[in-house]
Amino acid sequence: MSEYILEMDQITKEFSGVKALHNVNFKVKKGEIHCLVGENGAGKSTLMKVLSGVYPYGTYEGNIIFEGNIQQFTKINDSVDTGIAIIYQELALFPDLSVYENLFVGNEIQSKGVVDWSETIQASKKMLEKVNLNINPETMVKDLGVGQQQLIEIAKALSKDVKLLILDEPTAALNEDDSENLLKLLRELKKQGITSIMISHKLKEVIAIADNATVLRDGNTICTLDASKGEVTENAIIKNMVGREISDIYPKRDKKNFGDKILEVSNWSAYDTQIGKQILKNINVNVRKGEIVGIAGLMGAGRTELAQSIFGNPKSYKVEGTLIVDGVERKFRHTSDAIKAGIAYVTEDRKGDGLFLAQDIKDNISIGNLKEIAVSGVINENEEIKVANEYKKDLTIKAPSIEQLVGNLSGGNQQKVSLGKWLFVKPNILILDEPTRGIDVGAKFEIYTIMNSLIEEGMSIIMISSELGEVLGMSDRIYVMAEGEIKGELLAEEANQENIMQLATQ
Amino acid sequence: MSFFTELKSLLKNNIRDYGMYIALFVIMLIFTILTDGLFLSSRNISNLLDSAGYIAVLAVGVMIVIVIRHIDLSIGFLAGFLGAIAAILLMETGLPVYLVIPIILIIGMIIGLSTGFLVANLGIPSFVATLAGWLIFRGALLLVTGDSGTLIIQDEAFNAIGNGYIPSIAQIGGLHLLSLLVGLFGILFFIYSSISKRKKMKSYNFEVVSKPIFILQLVFVSAIMGYITWILAGYNGLSWTLVIILLVVIVYHFITTKTVIGRHVYAVGSNPEAAHLSGINVKKITLLVFGSMGFLAALSGILFTSRLQAATPTAGTLFELDAIAAAYVGGVSSAGGVGKVTGAIIGAIVMATLTNGMNLLGVGISYQYMIRGGVLVLAVIFDVMTRKRAA
Repeated sequence: MSEYILEMDQITKEFSGVKALHNVNFKVKKGEIHCLVGENGAGKSTLMKVLSGVYPYGTYEGNIIFEGNIQQFTKINDSVDTGIAIIYQELALFPDLSVYENLFVGNEIQSKGVVDWSETIQASKKMLEKVNLNINPETMVKDLGVGQQQLIEIAKALSKDVKLLILDEPTAALNEDDSENLLKLLRELKKQGITSIMISHKLKEVIAIADNATVLRDGNTICTLDASKGEVTENAIIKNMVGREISDIYPKRDKKNFGDKILEVSNWSAYDTQIGKQILKNINVNVRKGEIVGIAGLMGAGRTELAQSIFGNPKSYKVEGTLIVDGVERKFRHTSDAIKAGIAYVTEDRKGDGLFLAQDIKDNISIGNLKEIAVSGVINENEEIKVANEYKKDLTIKAPSIEQLVGNLSGGNQQKVSLGKWLFVKPNILILDEPTRGIDVGAKFEIYTIMNSLIEEGMSIIMISSELGEVLGMSDRIYVMAEGEIKGELLAEEANQENIMQLATQ
Repeated sequence: MSFFTELKSLLKNNIRDYGMYIALFVIMLIFTILTDGLFLSSRNISNLLDSAGYIAVLAVGVMIVIVIRHIDLSIGFLAGFLGAIAAILLMETGLPVYLVIPIILIIGMIIGLSTGFLVANLGIPSFVATLAGWLIFRGALLLVTGDSGTLIIQDEAFNAIGNGYIPSIAQIGGLHLLSLLVGLFGILFFIYSSISKRKKMKSYNFEVVSKPIFILQLVFVSAIMGYITWILAGYNGLSWTLVIILLVVIVYHFITTKTVIGRHVYAVGSNPEAAHLSGINVKKITLLVFGSMGFLAALSGILFTSRLQAATPTAGTLFELDAIAAAYVGGVSSAGGVGKVTGAIIGAIVMATLTNGMNLLGVGISYQYMIRGGVLVLAVIFDVMTRKRAA
């Protein structure tokens, strides 16, 4: 038998014509800890979904060879039965059930449908020992910290005779102690002969734990770095992660004249009372008139939380700090206050909390500023149709008419409707959260062009983006966030993918 | 585009809106044939519309509650309770009608706002909050009617609301003149507003339907309005109940379709998170909708009590479910954001038509319930199917 427990050979996976994975080769040795790194969207999660059978055999090209045999997983249970277990970033636990119920859900110790609870509790105690978790199995999962919850997931995976354990960003939500614990556990499991694959954005951890590290970029395997040869270094990883040129997909803006600071956030902190965690720490940012400020960082860095807390939507956060808009200190109690002060926020999740999918384009565009087209509370429908048609034309929204339901539009056109809705509010400061997520290159270019023309009209834009290329291509100034903090501020001229990545993975 | 292809595409694109009208028409046609025309007699139609009144008013209110993804189960007994309070104020306290009615409406609104407070501010699921209301108002109704059981109302003005008709200035060939005039005025107003709307749209260079289709629409709607007026004028004319329903429809239709508040209501129903991020005060809208529900429940209570000319301990029983059924037959969606005032009214009329027609035919009460249940399911299936096709 070969030294590899897993060989993924020439894997190609397409989503409606777009190649998410392109002839990817990925080999994992038996008994090693192998890290998989790459930017957001590089294809790491897709590759793991191919491996675990989320994308069944036949929907991808290439071969998966596990323990010397070609595997054809048609469902997730097939890979589980073979000994592959994945632990996702979003934990799949039931918070209102106890630890032992969670450990055995779907795998109950039973006879004729009746569960033997005392046996279950006994067995779960042994499972918890295996992951060095010293808690009462009768505790509710919701009463545990995220780190302990993660260990329960691992314990659950180990109970199924696992040979290959895959962890998707396991430490993203953990504090340092918990992360340290987790890495320790992985090393112990390695001694017991269990192979692990860990996806991680935190390069320090990768360097600390990896035997080998494979770098993916844009759906291609770039290289596999070997720690025993001293190849796993921060520089080597970052260089391979980002090493692409920014092509001319970002329209240029000639005139740049920045005015006064229009938005200034200082000593801004937020504490999430629901999960009991500090999510924003002492943030100081500002935006000038006519400027595009990029906020870079990896998922979970706190960028959306920052934007939403500025926009007067603190959810369950307790927010402290000062916010100065156009020279006046403000405290927003409601999103409507922020809108009145000239701020608009285009959400990252346009289907979830951005658009009204069951309403038509017209209703979606006018909803934020009905006052403008209403006389004493009565809407002038003709004026509304006119406005909606103007935005449809200006933003080149492709639809037969403004009476088309927004739910039936493509992602790019939905994003334009979302943008149109906020432009009609006529803000001075536009916060764009992942403005081009999930839309095609052509529509992206159109959105960038719109952004540039808005800037020329004197608007200011804050752009949150996980795409480094976009941040570099569009911003005048860039803040890099990680773990709820601003880790650095870079001018467009001095920023490059390497130094952003370095700050974001601190 | 030729006349017929345009007509066809218009029907096809608006099948969900027209479906209900077509269904109502078919049901009425069937009953007319089966009863040898008795169903369509002046007296029967007049009765039918009057008996639909108190449910129709509730259906409008609860339709809007469902649009914002909530429910109100308390409205039946709330109507019954407030009706009883009205009777007590009239007969035992001796307050005049013109004071009793606004007092009851205001109490209804305040109770609705309190329910809204529970739902919007305290985050209690509306099903539970209004189920509690259902119990409380049922108990309250029993309490206030407890001593006498049934409280007879001897106030002509109050009883006229549910049983009276607008005065006739003169009879022309046995027809009720004022009703004819009201109908005529309605038709003229409809034609005038349609033409002016079309003109305005043209001035904005918007697409309008072709002239023949436009004229067809005018003639068709005017003919229906004219026919209904003619039928009603042949009996006692317009009833006060019908006048009240028409007012409720006009006001609520206007608010839901033409005003900023109405648009905000649909936005909250369609996507509460997006509505909040669009600067809409979701709590305020929720309060408002429950407030309006309480107001309409009070109105329904007044209509029903006046129609019976008495307050009874069982008044309001199952009204809420009849109203909810009417709203669903009228095309409201429990997924939120979709529903029309006209739909709720037509839904209420469809349900009342079924009851009335089956009574005329002597269909047993057990079958009546089953048939109405079947119609409810069919209406919702139709709605789901057309929605799928549109998506």
